[in-house]
Amino acid sequence: MSKMRTPAMEKIEKKNAKRKKPVKSTPMRESWKRFKRNPTALIGLGVVCILILVAIFAPLIAPYDYKVQDYSAMMQAPSSAHLFGTDQFGRDIFSRVIYGTRYSLIIALFCTIAALFSGGLLGIIAGYFGGTVDTIIMRVMDIFQSIPMIMMAMCIVAVLGNGIPQLVAAIMFASMPTMARNNRAAILRVRGSDYIESSEAIGVSQIQMILKHMIPNAAGIMIIYFVGFLAVSIMMMSSMSYIGVGLTAPTPEWGLILNDGKAYLTSAPYMMLFPALMIMITCFAFNLMGDGLRDAFDPKMK
Amino acid sequence: MSNLLEIKNLKKYFSTPRGELHAVDNVNLNIEKGKTIGVVGESGCGKSTLGKTLMRLHTPTSGEVLYNGEDIAGMPMKEFKQKYRTNIQMIFQDPYASLDPRMNVLQLIEEPIKVNHKDMSKADVTARAKEMMELVGLAKRLEGSYPHELDGGRRQRIGIARALSLNPDFIVCDEPVSALDVSIQAQILNLLQDLQEERGLTYMFITHDMSVVKHISDDIAVMYLGQLIEKCPANEIFKNTIHPYSQALLSAIPIPNVHVKKERMILKGELTSPIDPKPCCRFAARCPYASEGCMEKEPELREVKPNHFVACHYAEKFMK
Repeated sequence: MSKMRTPAMEKIEKKNAKRKKPVKSTPMRESWKRFKRNPTALIGLGVVCILILVAIFAPLIAPYDYKVQDYSAMMQAPSSAHLFGTDQFGRDIFSRVIYGTRYSLIIALFCTIAALFSGGLLGIIAGYFGGTVDTIIMRVMDIFQSIPMIMMAMCIVAVLGNGIPQLVAAIMFASMPTMARNNRAAILRVRGSDYIESSEAIGVSQIQMILKHMIPNAAGIMIIYFVGFLAVSIMMMSSMSYIGVGLTAPTPEWGLILNDGKAYLTSAPYMMLFPALMIMITCFAFNLMGDGLRDAFDPKMK
Repeated sequence: MSNLLEIKNLKKYFSTPRGELHAVDNVNLNIEKGKTIGVVGESGCGKSTLGKTLMRLHTPTSGEVLYNGEDIAGMPMKEFKQKYRTNIQMIFQDPYASLDPRMNVLQLIEEPIKVNHKDMSKADVTARAKEMMELVGLAKRLEGSYPHELDGGRRQRIGIARALSLNPDFIVCDEPVSALDVSIQAQILNLLQDLQEERGLTYMFITHDMSVVKHISDDIAVMYLGQLIEKCPANEIFKNTIHPYSQALLSAIPIPNVHVKKERMILKGELTSPIDPKPCCRFAARCPYASEGCMEKEPELREVKPNHFVACHYAEKFMK
């Protein structure tokens, strides 16, 4: 008896053909799976993505030029013409805040990368070699940390003047100790593992050990710190600009906009409200994402 | 038979804030080619340190390790890596922790070949790794799997393949089955034995499990607090144990028969500290037969019977 092919059978066959091959599970994919299941982390990621888009397309989104002063529209409350109102020079605050996203994100990224390459590298070296090298590096980091961040920034600005490179340098020096300490801890955790010893036993060289085994295995934790530092950098940058040791006018940096508005806090609170909200939302998003990453990379750490 | 490895007065001390920790203290041991020497003792007695010192994962404090007559303990690390790294290999205790979780099976087995045979082409390395997988009984479909997807037995097979891929003569097996289920333990032990027959391997088999050591060893060395206290052929130790500590160890082997009532010798007291130990018999504090003589002098390992070495002042008293 020959098999009958019913429409139902064909339907099942079609469905089976469509079904994708099971995806191989790698540690990275597992982490991504855990991340996807975490709604707050996804919100953080979503907000960060929106902020990045805003930064890229700022000229298209902003209705006005951020530095054009319009003396016919000074200190106007939020309206359909000026969503976030205007400041004392008649500049559109919405446009300034939108452009500010660019400065905040890019400078924060630079600061964090700079901190990673200085402090992070020192931490990795200290953690890997241990002993005297470790002691010397970490004590120098302690000295750095004992100088308050704002004071360090003021010194750097006093010597080198205001500007983006100086700001990056100041934040880098201020975050270096923490970055070093975190990365050192990440490496130490991996260093004690059996698989490091087992690689040593088969003759893997020191450099290969760091590059192929230790950094990939510590990468998860390092990424978490990296994202966390983006938020910290944005905060630092804004607070430095706010007290006048960061960027200078007319740069539309959030901290600077805050500073512009502080004289009019009672009469025009919206001038401070919107930049402050942006700083808050950005840091909050990075922190949510960072927490999500921590849970994703390191489910046991919870 | 010739000795593949001769360990002479090997010492490994670790500096601690409280003093020198004598992890391996004055160990003398000859290992014959093609044989298995079982090293037994409780946790912290220095058996793993001994194995790792032979591997040069630790640099010995003093003493010699002659490998085919050449001292490998004292030679510069670079020379050791070039000449002997592939000859001496190790299988690690915990197959869950000793494999890099970010590498798949094939990558894990390729790694030692790549590192030690830099001139080999990529295709040759892969071919050799695949050959190794077959040898240790890992199915081809597991090539792309990651350690976390596999059970302990399979993972330990990866560890064995990694060690074997370098064609070693001597393998330190550091408790290779203690982390595995009993049913899988037998598989791995049999695999190790088959490989030994095929390739003429020499094993140092470190374990705290007397029934495992009985199964696999030709010679048995018992360690206590960094020292070798008894060494003899495997069947001899099960018949004529001499050192009181070995007796206690043996009495701890369970017998799978409910009707057998066995006199168990249970040791009292704690291990004495391995940090700056006093020059006396280190087992004296726990030994049920200890007398004043034991506290005065350190016993040396001596041959009380042909091929049976014991470090006890009163060895003759315990001989049957």
